[in-house]
Amino acid sequence: MEINQYLPVFIDESKEHLQTMNDNLLNLENSPQDLSIVQNIFRSAHTLKGMSATMGFEDLAQLTHKMENVLDLVRNSNLEMNSYIFDCLFRSLDALESMVEDIAQGGTGKADVTDIVESLSSIVSGKYLPASETAAATETSAAEQSDVLDEYQLSILLHALESGSHAFHIRVSVRDDCVLKAARAYMVFDQLERQGEIVKANPSVEEIEQEKFDKSFTLFYISAMEREAVEKAVASVSEIESVTVKELDRAALQNRNDSGTGQSVKPDPEEKKSPQPAGTPGTSGPSKPAQASGGSVAARTIRVDIDRLDTLMNLFSELLIDRVRLEQLASEVDRSDLTETVEHLARVSGDLQNIVMKLRMVPIETVFNRFPRMIRDIAKQLDKKIHLVISGAETELDRTVIDEIGDPLVHLLRNAADHGLEPVSERLAAGKQESGTIHLRAFHSGNHVFIEIEDDGRGINREAVLKKAMKNGLVSSEQAERMSDQDVYQLLFQSGFSTAEKVSDLSGRGVGLDVVKTKINSLGGQVEVHSTPGKGTRFSVQLPLTLSIISALLIRLGQEKYAIPLSSIVETLSVPRTAIREVHGIPMLDYRNSVIPLIPLRKLLEVPDDGWAVSTEAEIVVVRKGDKTAALEVDGFIGQQEIVLKSLGKYLTRLFAVSGATILGDGHVALIIDTNALIR
Amino acid sequence: MEEELKVIVFTLAHEEYGVEIDKVRTIERMMPLTRVPKTPPFVKGVINLRGVVVPVIDLRGRFGLPEREYTDNTRIIIVSVQDMEVGLIVDSANDVMDLDRGRLEAPPEVVGGIQAKYLQGIVKLDDQRLLVLLNLPEVLNKSEIVQLENFER
Repeated sequence: MEINQYLPVFIDESKEHLQTMNDNLLNLENSPQDLSIVQNIFRSAHTLKGMSATMGFEDLAQLTHKMENVLDLVRNSNLEMNSYIFDCLFRSLDALESMVEDIAQGGTGKADVTDIVESLSSIVSGKYLPASETAAATETSAAEQSDVLDEYQLSILLHALESGSHAFHIRVSVRDDCVLKAARAYMVFDQLERQGEIVKANPSVEEIEQEKFDKSFTLFYISAMEREAVEKAVASVSEIESVTVKELDRAALQNRNDSGTGQSVKPDPEEKKSPQPAGTPGTSGPSKPAQASGGSVAARTIRVDIDRLDTLMNLFSELLIDRVRLEQLASEVDRSDLTETVEHLARVSGDLQNIVMKLRMVPIETVFNRFPRMIRDIAKQLDKKIHLVISGAETELDRTVIDEIGDPLVHLLRNAADHGLEPVSERLAAGKQESGTIHLRAFHSGNHVFIEIEDDGRGINREAVLKKAMKNGLVSSEQAERMSDQDVYQLLFQSGFSTAEKVSDLSGRGVGLDVVKTKINSLGGQVEVHSTPGKGTRFSVQLPLTLSIISALLIRLGQEKYAIPLSSIVETLSVPRTAIREVHGIPMLDYRNSVIPLIPLRKLLEVPDDGWAVSTEAEIVVVRKGDKTAALEVDGFIGQQEIVLKSLGKYLTRLFAVSGATILGDGHVALIIDTNALIR
Repeated sequence: MEEELKVIVFTLAHEEYGVEIDKVRTIERMMPLTRVPKTPPFVKGVINLRGVVVPVIDLRGRFGLPEREYTDNTRIIIVSVQDMEVGLIVDSANDVMDLDRGRLEAPPEVVGGIQAKYLQGIVKLDDQRLLVLLNLPEVLNKSEIVQLENFER
């Protein structure tokens, strides 16, 4: 078998299984008596073991096997969970994760897991039922438990009976020493398919193909053959140890199904309706199993290479530029049929645009789902009680943002856990519940995604922050008095800033928040802080929805065209020149109820003079950064447009007030103005 | 090191220069430039090269030579060096030549008004022509530009 071509699939699926096991284990901690959760974990472990063994990763398979043994005892009520067992299992998951990570980086996945293995073995041993027997016993019961037919399959079997065929339940066991189990299974299938139809296989056909079965598998089969003939056909395949064929009549089928559905275990999601009942193994290639691992909802998805998505996006951006060009040309040529066609093109490409945008959108759940585990570990480390509430995990973000947002969020969460939340004694003394709560929320609003981290801890101590700031020379004491709470909190984002008394392993080094802010800014977002002393703190991160296509206002400076991102613009207006006054040599504008600075863009960007006389009215674009506003004076407005962001490349770095470029409909390049750089 | 060097030959202020062909992406005619504010004067701006925005510098300006009006022969040579793509404006570009690396000599301190550090060497061609091989990484060296910027501010 070509191991290498299956490696990416193996890595992806292993990671999914590990994630599910992690989530389930956390759930189990909250309700240790719920055996169905144990079943789910067991299933994931079992699948992972099979995959690892098939791919030749011995250490992985061995460790998973040991975990299985422990879980097995638990799910048969032969062992009760306690915190030692939980810790062992979590440690095992960590070890497995690092091994899979190693494999993903090109390593061999080998690791010294002897002490974890020993711990797991010690849990298992000293029990009165030898693990192997229990395993074998439960194998069969598990097999029977999940031998439930769904409505469709049941009806196929019943229909067959009506038309005079026979229905059988067949149980096949391959020999212990059989090497190529999947091949033997295939041959069994082959034999049977010649004379009838296999309605259902357990485990599923794909799993049998991938040798994810121990020794035996069962089939529901329809044929005109008699029972003995069926038995003989299967037994004729070499290395088959035993074959048990039971003929089913109508009553038996009904009974079997009724008793089957009474089980507390949910039927494996694998056993869904298959309109094409179990075709011969080997024909369906490794089609991505639509079933999810461990009982989560099966989403109809396919895996797509990220590079292909990026190529698609790039090509689409090109298309957009051409569309704008066509629109322009169509208006010049002024032919109605051309205009109509271009309008239609605009509509279609608009729809296409929405879909392509969505392609890059990934639910933030993928980032959020490692946090419960992280918080649990942190809580243990800090000896605090922390309750993490996540909402809005289905909120979607652009893929590139998702990749980058993880780290800043980790920092903020750690901050909340370490600095925000008080230790149990302090909380009780303050009349709060002993368990601190951290809310992690994500939601859309306008053209942005908001992520909030809110704790009900001690809040930010304004005085402590100012004291530290003054000590570091960041502000003087007069400035300190005039600063609003918001301004004080923003000081926390300065590099080197930390009010922690001691540096813990987690935080306090004064590196975290500074990096967080830079990272978020680099993604085109902002971060704000709100706090109430004694009550809690809320960090609010705002991120743009998409990165590469934005709405912009095109303006004219002299003979040159520039673009200003719409998200920064408050308003555009014309004002008479008399409304502009000078304060200390800086031109200012009366705007609404305040006075804002007027920025002469032409002069600032050194635009060559085109000889136009200065008009009596000034064209103004009011822009905003956070809660500061400024007015940009331009020579004219061209219009609002969707533009594709283009990078200026690596040669031009450290540009003043320019954040990128775009290609206009006429093929010329227009620079995009970075308004944030203009507002101090 | 290859014994044979294949170079694109271009002219600049009546001298002939070469750049190694493996660094050259494409040669374009002159096209509309978009000015980029607050860049050194030899950075003429950016162009739209089939959907990609590429910065363009005028080699005359880069070497401190007097600038001329662009003619029909003016070309932009798009080079790719150290992960950067840049266009170089030259008076004309018309030839591809194979050079024997063994015949490369060290350049004198100033050749045609250009300092030695921008040059890899000189080759005397058979027909008495002199070909000067450019040192592209040095031509596109940004630390110098930063110094220029600081000087200007």
